Amino acid sequence: MSMLEVAGLGHAYGGVDAVSDVSFVVEPGELVCIVGPSGCGKSTLLRCIAGLLPPTRGTVSLHGDRVVGVPSDLAVVFQDYSRSLLPWRTVAGNVEFPLRDRGLSTVERRSRVEEALSWVGLSEAAGKHPFELSGGMQQRVSIARALAYRPALMLMDEPFASVDAQTRADLEDLVLTVRASAGMTVLLVTHDIDESVYLADRVLVLSQSPATVVETLKVDLSSPRDQITTRGTDTFVRLRTEIARQIRR
Amino acid sequence: MPFVRKLAGLVGFLLLWEAAGRLGLVDARVLPPPSEVLVRFGLLFTDRGFVAGAVSTVLSWAIALLCATVLGVGVGLLLGSVPALRLITMPVIEFLRPLPSVALIPLAIALLGTQAQTKIVLGVFAATWPILLNTSYALGEVDPRLLETVRCFRVSRWRRLVGVTLPSIGPFVLTGVRISASIALIAIVGTEFLAGGSIGLGQYAFVQGTSGGRMDVVLAATVFAGLFGCLVNAGFLAVQRRWVSWGSVASSSGEVAA
Ligand SMILES: Nc1ncnc2c1ncn2[C@@H]1O[C@H](COP(=O)(O)OP(=O)(O)OP(=O)(O)O)[C@@H](O)[C@H]1O
Ligand SMILES: [Mg+2]
Repeated sequence: MSMLEVAGLGHAYGGVDAVSDVSFVVEPGELVCIVGPSGCGKSTLLRCIAGLLPPTRGTVSLHGDRVVGVPSDLAVVFQDYSRSLLPWRTVAGNVEFPLRDRGLSTVERRSRVEEALSWVGLSEAAGKHPFELSGGMQQRVSIARALAYRPALMLMDEPFASVDAQTRADLEDLVLTVRASAGMTVLLVTHDIDESVYLADRVLVLSQSPATVVETLKVDLSSPRDQITTRGTDTFVRLRTEIARQIRR
Repeated sequence: MPFVRKLAGLVGFLLLWEAAGRLGLVDARVLPPPSEVLVRFGLLFTDRGFVAGAVSTVLSWAIALLCATVLGVGVGLLLGSVPALRLITMPVIEFLRPLPSVALIPLAIALLGTQAQTKIVLGVFAATWPILLNTSYALGEVDPRLLETVRCFRVSRWRRLVGVTLPSIGPFVLTGVRISASIALIAIVGTEFLAGGSIGLGQYAFVQGTSGGRMDVVLAATVFAGLFGCLVNAGFLAVQRRWVSWGSVASSSGEVAA
């Protein structure tokens, strides 16, 4: 059974369509990237899938069950990451906060927090508060929080938008490693065409607002991927050209 | 530097007051100079009547403020989270809130007698409103993205309240309590002053002023009440700066609007 099934999904804000008609399926363990022009409705789509926004039309199903309200075993990395951190908790406290309701022991929680912070390179900042961090560091905290949670389905909205190129490459590889070891299914929104090809098993290209799926591309690149060699292959170059053409259309 | 400047203002004010008395511009029996008032202030603490009154006032104030906080936060949370309830009760609140608590003294005495419970109840009445309104207002200001985030992670209802909502509204509530602290003091001392038969700072000042004609004692007691109010206010500001420094960047530079 598929992990996630979106069928004929549409959402309108006060009568104005933001997402018009989106259908796709994500299999368990798959990493699917969504690319599309700014303002086309990508965040709206993710919020519908997360059960935060009731869709105007169509349905979202997880494991075959229709989503009404927030489903279990889900984590979201929001686009406006700074507003999603608790300002009165430390970095470690923020990562730990959602773990309490997952039935983990104190020791397990602590080790997950330490592990996740070391993954994103923030071990040193564990005791700091969000307002003491740069935007890129805050974004990494919200990524660490989602990874420590080990959800079955991870939704990421432009998760690497505020970090430098090298950190971005490291975080891309981190997501690939963690999803392989934890068996996570990932749905990731990005502006960056190269990033979508590098990360994904499949790329969904969305149209201008209101969004529809213009194209689904299977990324037949071998795993594990490598920042230098993978990006140099003919397949990679062919796919990114194809996506760029679709978006331009 | 700002501290020195504030102090300069105070010293200037005291000098003017002193000069007014010395030069005969005002009757020193009606407005004794600050030098006399300060001496009297020191002697107050040897006066059993004053000490008993001060203890009664401060205790009543603490009880009233505690009750007002529990009541204000509790009802504020309820009204803030049930819009329908808020809609129905707002007209009543808007009517009751501006009522001067001293105007309710006769009613309170008729219902409760002239013991300490009367001034405590009137103190609670006056002090609940700012806390209640700040709490229910702050609930609407909790960042929806924050609530969505913890909802996504399926954080339990209880931990959402204790771990997200309460800390979010904390700074607003604390500001409400700080404002209410002085309001409660005014209401309690005012009640003591007007409702005979009780003990307290207000009653002490009333007796000293009307039957003794001792304006120096009255002013010394006033200075005590004023100092107490200032200290409490400064204490709340310090707490606010210490524990909710994440609330505003301004507080980390040491400047918080009083
Ligand atoms: N809360 C809202 N109320 C009304 N309109 C909204 C709201 N949120 C988004 N929109 C509109 O819906 C459309 C899609 O917005 P959305 O945020 O989903 O786009 P996006 O693809 O995520 O954009 P970006 O790539 O810039 O993040 C936009 O035209 C936006 O103006
Ligand atoms: Mg977006």
